[in-house]
Amino acid sequence: MTGPAIPVLPGAADAGASPPVTPKGVPHRGGTPNPTAAALSGKFGAAVHRVDVIWGETTVTVDGARLLEIVRWLHDDASQRYDYLSDVTAVEFRDADQPIEVVWHLRSLPFRRFVRVKVLLARGAPLEVQSVWPVYKGADWIERECYDMFGIVFRGHPDLRRILMWEQYREGFPLRKDFPLRGRFSRAEQLRQALAANPEARYSMEELTIAQAFEDLPGEMRERLAGGEKTGE
Amino acid sequence: MATKRTIEMAVGSAGLDAQGRPRRAPVTVTEGGAVSTLEAPPSLEPDLEGEHMLINIGPQHPATHGVLRLVLELDGETVVRCIPHIGYLHCGFEKIGEYRQYNQIIPWTDREDYLNSIGNNVAFALGAERLFGVEITPRCTVLRVMAMELSRIISHLVWLGTTCIDIGAFTPFLWSFQERENVYNLLESWVGARLTTSATRVGGMAADIPDGWTEQLRHFVKTFPRTIDEVDRMLTRNAIWVGRTVGLGALNATEAVNYGLSGPMVRASGVAFDVRKDFPYLDYETYDFDVPVGSSGDVYDRFLVRLEELRQSTRILAQTLDRLPEGPVNCADHRVVLPPKHSAMSDMESMIHHFKQVMEGPRPPIGEAYVAVESPKGEKGYYMVSDGTAKPVRWRIRPPSFVNLSAIPKMVEGHLLSDVIAINASIDIVMGEIDR
Amino acid sequence: MGLKERSGASITTYDPEGQENWVTTKLDFAVNWSRANSLWPMPFGTACCAIEFMATAASRFDLARFGMERMSFSPRQADLLICAGRVPFKLAPVIRRIWQQMPQPKWCISMGACASSGGMFDNYAVVQGIDTIIPVDVYVPGCPPRPEGLIYGIMMLQKKVMAERMSDKRLRNEMEPDPESGLYLTPPAIDELSEPFGNSVNQTRSAT
Repeated sequence: MTGPAIPVLPGAADAGASPPVTPKGVPHRGGTPNPTAAALSGKFGAAVHRVDVIWGETTVTVDGARLLEIVRWLHDDASQRYDYLSDVTAVEFRDADQPIEVVWHLRSLPFRRFVRVKVLLARGAPLEVQSVWPVYKGADWIERECYDMFGIVFRGHPDLRRILMWEQYREGFPLRKDFPLRGRFSRAEQLRQALAANPEARYSMEELTIAQAFEDLPGEMRERLAGGEKTGE
Repeated sequence: MATKRTIEMAVGSAGLDAQGRPRRAPVTVTEGGAVSTLEAPPSLEPDLEGEHMLINIGPQHPATHGVLRLVLELDGETVVRCIPHIGYLHCGFEKIGEYRQYNQIIPWTDREDYLNSIGNNVAFALGAERLFGVEITPRCTVLRVMAMELSRIISHLVWLGTTCIDIGAFTPFLWSFQERENVYNLLESWVGARLTTSATRVGGMAADIPDGWTEQLRHFVKTFPRTIDEVDRMLTRNAIWVGRTVGLGALNATEAVNYGLSGPMVRASGVAFDVRKDFPYLDYETYDFDVPVGSSGDVYDRFLVRLEELRQSTRILAQTLDRLPEGPVNCADHRVVLPPKHSAMSDMESMIHHFKQVMEGPRPPIGEAYVAVESPKGEKGYYMVSDGTAKPVRWRIRPPSFVNLSAIPKMVEGHLLSDVIAINASIDIVMGEIDR
Repeated sequence: MGLKERSGASITTYDPEGQENWVTTKLDFAVNWSRANSLWPMPFGTACCAIEFMATAASRFDLARFGMERMSFSPRQADLLICAGRVPFKLAPVIRRIWQQMPQPKWCISMGACASSGGMFDNYAVVQGIDTIIPVDVYVPGCPPRPEGLIYGIMMLQKKVMAERMSDKRLRNEMEPDPESGLYLTPPAIDELSEPFGNSVNQTRSAT
């Protein structure tokens, strides 16, 4: 093995906590919520809409306008230290009246805690939420995927484009409930569009800036690129 | 008399000179195997003035471990920027999950991280059981630990074989695939399939282990460490291996956690985060095993961490063999597990349970659950949301390789082109999981 | 099947009796024997089937017995494209270009259920069989096929190669996709190949 490790030991800050065990006999609802929930309610008051404990996991539903502030506090505060972002995803229910939920899964490695933060997006309004990329670099691709699959725009994300489907994909946002399983177009049409898109036959504008081709581009294009425009829709 | 050879190698992330290029320091390697670094020499003269080159690796490429496309901006041989493109294996897993009953989703979990099939089966079953609120039997718990550790071994063996090929060593590929055949024999006699096992069901397993299986496993546990030792002897202090892997792609502990890295990637950077220890499941807190933690987070440390994890998995397997209890493998809750045929034919309640499960599938209460396990790649989680029907409203796969790969532009900057291949191999990616 | 000939496509006839003699049959045998026993595969491995392909190439099942241990990852030097794994629509132009880059004589094995028909992925993202994009010689079913299954498919291809005749001009025709759409089959033909078969209506029903 290599030399002495400098580990970030979990549990170090929470003196007196017993070592973690496999949860057994967890009730459907009820149970002790994560201490973070109480701390959040204390600090942010009305921005915390509700706290649920389902199957032992604490879910905190918050106001979307203050999401970044809340997540940043969870990351920076010495008694919370949620240093690890596990996942960002969205849930659309089959019932068209229920709002779309955007879900963040956060872990505190020093305190060995897990919390789920949710923001509800009402239907009919544009699907927008703040990006947590300024706090967690790991949110980069995860938020891009959420945008690709649901069409939720993450404000503040440095580079929000499609990641799993090709950038000019026309059929829509696949994980929405109004998107049929087999897609909207016929198979032949899907194949035709895929063959036409051909993303690796060309470099994106962003990639072209760094090659010598930049000098050869027309002046107007160079200005657009310098202004930060990217290809893809 | 120990002979000395001096080789040049890039030294760590602190070894970037004023131009941002990796500093090359002469390293002395003696025959006995001790490695020592001397002070860094003055920085090299800068490259001749020239434009940067734009090259494309993939999506079809032997060394990208699947269909990954990397666009690299090169200044000579040095990478200035890397832009990865994924999605070439996106197959709509999460969408299909909304159209399948919970037991029908299990074959899909095989195919996303196909190197860790049975591990994914177990992870999904744990999530579904949390959502349904059923407890599994003690025998099933131990069998699932065996499944997970066997899965960890075969996944790390593929990583080992393919990484060695990428860096240039062909023989360990054959050794690791030969050992995988031994595990495949075990899996095949248990569930009938080598790779795509579909071994678990909600509330239990597809089948109990056959007679003589534990003897086979005991034999494997006894003979497998010899292969690990052989690989260790061949690679760990090999000058070529060390020269090609030390100092590459290093990330420090804070960066690693902030990027959301998990598994051997984050442990090699010095963070002792293992889901089995910190958020245990399947009674892992009762097993005696260590979690190897590295220090510099470079490719060499990741290699050492994974090699040691192979040994630790064998250790856990030996303990499971001693504690496997008798008893049923499926739980007795017939809303979830099919009742035995003789009761389904004789009493009304069992017949109704059987009918409802076969026609509709088991239905969980309204709610949601997220269960994460330590897969060989990192924190693998399944998030399921139920609205009371037999098919989930949302099935989300938290893919460790996806998040691990997102750090590649940071890891690869300043390294040479051949180092890109080594760093990519060290992340241990599976495109099936990344693209889903 | 519903495949209609494109108007303007050239039809060649093949009349073995009139075109063969002792020299050509012996030459055919020699050429076919050397081709069949030294096929250089181009493993277009995407998913789980690629792992079983690697296992077939490894010590226990050993593709070297068939002269196929030299994997050619450059299509320019390959004879046989083995598509091992599912092909999503994003990857379709890639496999088309790889096929076009391979020089004749070339063959294609579609390994696994996903490459042959889309497999269990009957959804918006996956090509329902690579035969909608490139011409396939042998289909190997399985999910994934056992190494023995893949070897059986390879041996079937070897038989097919041995049965080829140089005088048969239809064999080495390069496929010509329609320049506008890029498809080499008509859209109704592609839709028919991609239709789900069987009786399961539950596949596309969400909730109960």
